[in-house]
Amino acid sequence: MPFLKRFAENWGAVAGLIVLGLIVMMAITASVIVPVDPMATQGRPLLPPGREFPFGTDMLGRDVLAGVVHGARISLMIGLVSTVIAALIGITIGAIAGFFGGWVDDALVRLTEFFQTIPSFIFAILLVAIMTPGLASIVTAIAVVTWPPIARLARSEFMSLRRREFVEAAVLSGVSRTRIIIFEVLPNALSPLIVMSSLMIATAILTESALSFLGLGDPNRISWGYMIGAARTVFRQAWWLSVFPGLAIAITVLAINLVGEGLNDALNPHLKGRVRVET
Amino acid sequence: MPQLGFVLQWVVKAMAVILAITILNFFLIRLAPGDPAVVMAGEAGAADRHFLEQVRRDFGLDKPLVVQLGTYVKNVLTLDLGQSYRTGRPVTEMLFERLPATLLLTGTAYLFALIMGPLLGAVAAMRPRSLFDNILMVVALVFYATPIFWVGLLLILIFSVQLGWLPPFGMHNLIPVQGAVAYALDVLKHLILPAITLGLFYVAVYVRLTRASMLETASLDYVKTARAKGLPEWRVATAHILRTALIPIITFAGLQAGHLVGGAIVVETVFAWPGIGRLAFDALFQRDYNLLLGVFLISALMVVFFNMLTDLVLRIADPRIAGRS
Repeated sequence: MPFLKRFAENWGAVAGLIVLGLIVMMAITASVIVPVDPMATQGRPLLPPGREFPFGTDMLGRDVLAGVVHGARISLMIGLVSTVIAALIGITIGAIAGFFGGWVDDALVRLTEFFQTIPSFIFAILLVAIMTPGLASIVTAIAVVTWPPIARLARSEFMSLRRREFVEAAVLSGVSRTRIIIFEVLPNALSPLIVMSSLMIATAILTESALSFLGLGDPNRISWGYMIGAARTVFRQAWWLSVFPGLAIAITVLAINLVGEGLNDALNPHLKGRVRVET
Repeated sequence: MPQLGFVLQWVVKAMAVILAITILNFFLIRLAPGDPAVVMAGEAGAADRHFLEQVRRDFGLDKPLVVQLGTYVKNVLTLDLGQSYRTGRPVTEMLFERLPATLLLTGTAYLFALIMGPLLGAVAAMRPRSLFDNILMVVALVFYATPIFWVGLLLILIFSVQLGWLPPFGMHNLIPVQGAVAYALDVLKHLILPAITLGLFYVAVYVRLTRASMLETASLDYVKTARAKGLPEWRVATAHILRTALIPIITFAGLQAGHLVGGAIVVETVFAWPGIGRLAFDALFQRDYNLLLGVFLISALMVVFFNMLTDLVLRIADPRIAGRS
């Protein structure tokens, strides 16, 4: 398997994959390894890290370690779900634009450009605020603001594949357009789209953390960004409240980026070393 | 007259963006559950019937949707964004009051990133796989993964709380300083931490881009020719490689302008910087939607402005672009 071999040769990507695996395990087994309610008071407020509370307690006496471990669930879940939705929107729009061309393409390119011009984070804030903060609105908002780069990539891939013989042959033999797009063209365009989507998970996690930091998270669930935002007023006295959740975000995003770039180098060897940071 | 065409093209583009955002805003309000008048009045005015009547009259909410849209667009185009229902002041006035602070912050961060990023990236690319290159690449990777609000908090902990070198928040001293020079220095001191916080992420991005772009350019034939002519290495690196390698970076910087303006919200919140971002945070907290929509519109305009600036720089860096259009 040349793909696996190329991926395994990249030590950064392998390290990222291991770390990411551990974080995913931590998220899945959160209630077993730290069987503590992260939203409930556990001890005296603002205890520094010590034997009883390795990461200390916050201003309501909640266990910071429990928050960091349980918070992984929200970050990973939102990152994954919003990216899947964004990829579906982006690939659909890009595929239609690239495959059909003409005025359809023109209109969809204008739409994509518009969504790329507007300040995406502020748009996300507006969407969440207006739809009332919660898991569903955060996921929707992130998906709505992150699809354009995927659409552009899908469009260019579909445009070049559209002219290839096997597609022309399928068109001439009367296969329906939808079938051609899904079963003939898409599989051949998939690898760069997977790479970009994997990197978008990292962006989505960063966006979620920023939204939660501003107080737009789901109020009933603990998340890393929420922890940092809630501790903002006391962070000068209690550094542990923002340092640990922040580290958790940075390590997770770093691991995903390393894996994404490893995938890029392994799937598209001709693009090796080129950074894909268009999101 | 290519310049005239350039200006016209951007005026048209700015108008199109304003119109599109206005229409988007219009529908966003209607996306919210409940009566749009209640949404626009915010929590403050929602209970007050007199207030609601006024909102309905101002925006013509009792008329058909198309007429409502027309009224809304006309209001926005005449710079009437309505009132903030928390303070009762016109939204436009509040935005313009805060605009200079945000432009100062984002502009400084943008410049900082556009100078430091390519500079460090170019030095790294001249000696690939050296110790400096490796360290720089790891640092860039880390900053690329770190939430900016967290970087801001850590910088405050280190440089304000521990070392006491720089003020942790605000734009001025609480006790006003005398004289223009002292005032400028005071603002500068307050500007350093937020501008670095906002810029670091982009420095990380540009370092990586510049390095990749320079390594790619360095393998092109014309660079070999330049070396074969016997030009000194620093000249090949600056005049031949960097100039070409900078073009994708400038293009990218333009695309990123929207993120920069969005990032300002978070950074201004962390540092209590009295700009539009801080205003947005307050509006968010008070569910002052009218003000939030205004922030959205003016941020989009700032993005168009930054894009135009980028296009202008690109034309200077790459004369082929000006010739093409």
